[in-house]
Amino acid sequence: MTNEELKQVINLLTSEAIIKDGAQYLEVTLPAAGLRDICFKLKNNAETAFDYLFCLTGVDYPTYFEIVYHLDSTVYKHVIVLKARTENRENPFIDTVGDIWPTAYSHEREVHDLLGVTFNNNPDMRRLFLEDGWGFPLRKDYFDPIRIVER
Amino acid sequence: MAEYRDITFGTDEIKTDDYFINIGPQHPSTHGALRVVAKLEGEIVQSVDPVLGYIHSGIEKMCESLSYPQLIHLTDRMDYLSAHMNNEAVCLCIENALQVEVPERVKYIRTIMDELTRIASHQLWWCASGMDLGAMTTFFYGLRDREPILDIFEETCGARMTFNYNVPGGLMFDIHPNFQKRVKEFLKYFRKKLPEYDRLVTGNIIFTERTKGVGVLSREKAIEWGVTGPSGRASGFSCDVRKHHPYSAYPYIQFNEKIGTEGDSYMRWKLRMDEMWESMNIIDQLIDNIPEGDFAIKMKGVIKLPEGEYYQRVETARGEFGVFIVSDGKKNPYRVKFRSPGFSNLLVLNEIVKGFKIADLVAIMATLDLVIPDIDR
Repeated sequence: MTNEELKQVINLLTSEAIIKDGAQYLEVTLPAAGLRDICFKLKNNAETAFDYLFCLTGVDYPTYFEIVYHLDSTVYKHVIVLKARTENRENPFIDTVGDIWPTAYSHEREVHDLLGVTFNNNPDMRRLFLEDGWGFPLRKDYFDPIRIVER
Repeated sequence: MAEYRDITFGTDEIKTDDYFINIGPQHPSTHGALRVVAKLEGEIVQSVDPVLGYIHSGIEKMCESLSYPQLIHLTDRMDYLSAHMNNEAVCLCIENALQVEVPERVKYIRTIMDELTRIASHQLWWCASGMDLGAMTTFFYGLRDREPILDIFEETCGARMTFNYNVPGGLMFDIHPNFQKRVKEFLKYFRKKLPEYDRLVTGNIIFTERTKGVGVLSREKAIEWGVTGPSGRASGFSCDVRKHHPYSAYPYIQFNEKIGTEGDSYMRWKLRMDEMWESMNIIDQLIDNIPEGDFAIKMKGVIKLPEGEYYQRVETARGEFGVFIVSDGKKNPYRVKFRSPGFSNLLVLNEIVKGFKIADLVAIMATLDLVIPDIDR
């Protein structure tokens, strides 16, 4: 499917998506609340068939956290980027997509470890690389006590 | 005479506790500082829980305070066996963002280097995983035949493992005058040696008994869990980035994407052996046709990417490697994410070990081809 056709499919699924042509891929920003439903439809719709989640990560912007999902279709080889935002800085949370693409469980655990975003319904929200009680290093306001990164 | 009677146990009468053992962090079969907590019943593995972070070095955070040419040097510390591909991924990402076209010569040399790196990586995998399965000889054979490749690299770029040969806009130096001659010599030599590997291990009855039907990963699971590279292709998941999203000189050449069906340890083994043959075919097509021209184009002293998000996928020896750069227009990236193939390949482990013996766990981990700094980053 071309990007234009993908845009039409997404507009049929939801009216709240903000669609933008990125540098390479189509970038779709979705409201966090309805994200899981749309992900489920994108995977199981025969026309889109986004069955392969190849990257899941989070970015800390000044006023919100953005979770970025890179999706590929093993059938049609088209790629799309989904984004969802959470604005709560004290206790950021978002729904998991691990029940749709199980690889998301471990990637979400990494995002939780480094960025401090909690994923609802993800059964394994332990720290992945760092100890309990460590801060969240990928946040921009992270205090680096032993000055390992900034000199 | 003492009375003798059969003692039979009903399985429901015996209450057993779960038994946990630790493999690692310092264990030869984990190939680095990885700890795996295995839950056992007798000798049968019920589940495993990989514990990561022993060599987490915060590369993604460090990248945020480095300039683009600097952060390339961190990427070959992740998957040190696919160092060249990791460097290339960052360079391609920067070049695509700046919409810079590198000379044809650069594309050819990068691709040849990619494939040489892939052969070297698969050789080290072959020798180390043979040793995991109890075949000590493989370690000597593999390292012996990997040496000529490292010598070729050393001659051209001065380093044997962490090359830093790619820079944004091309290569750091031109190839050494001996490069083509030595690569051809190596291919001739290795074509004789590779059947020796097969005679030593692949047809060996002890080896086949230990790997056939062990750790079966279905195609559906491979896709769902994002298992890529030879491990994913052994399950029938066509995931070769070189084929589906070609970069550098891959669009110009003919090669087959090797795909297996069984998805067991034996197939993963077999597939990597086949990939070494295929890599040699790719080099054959390119080595005599390297176009004349510059080895790099002139880039600005300070590289600043336009505001936006950039993603580049490449195929390393382990699977799909991705670089995700978020730029805010400054000379440092705003955020860098490395999608490492080993991370997804390791975390499928719990799905495929259930019901196998503890020795099979070692065989499965060996054929998944794990490099721990790639996972921990």
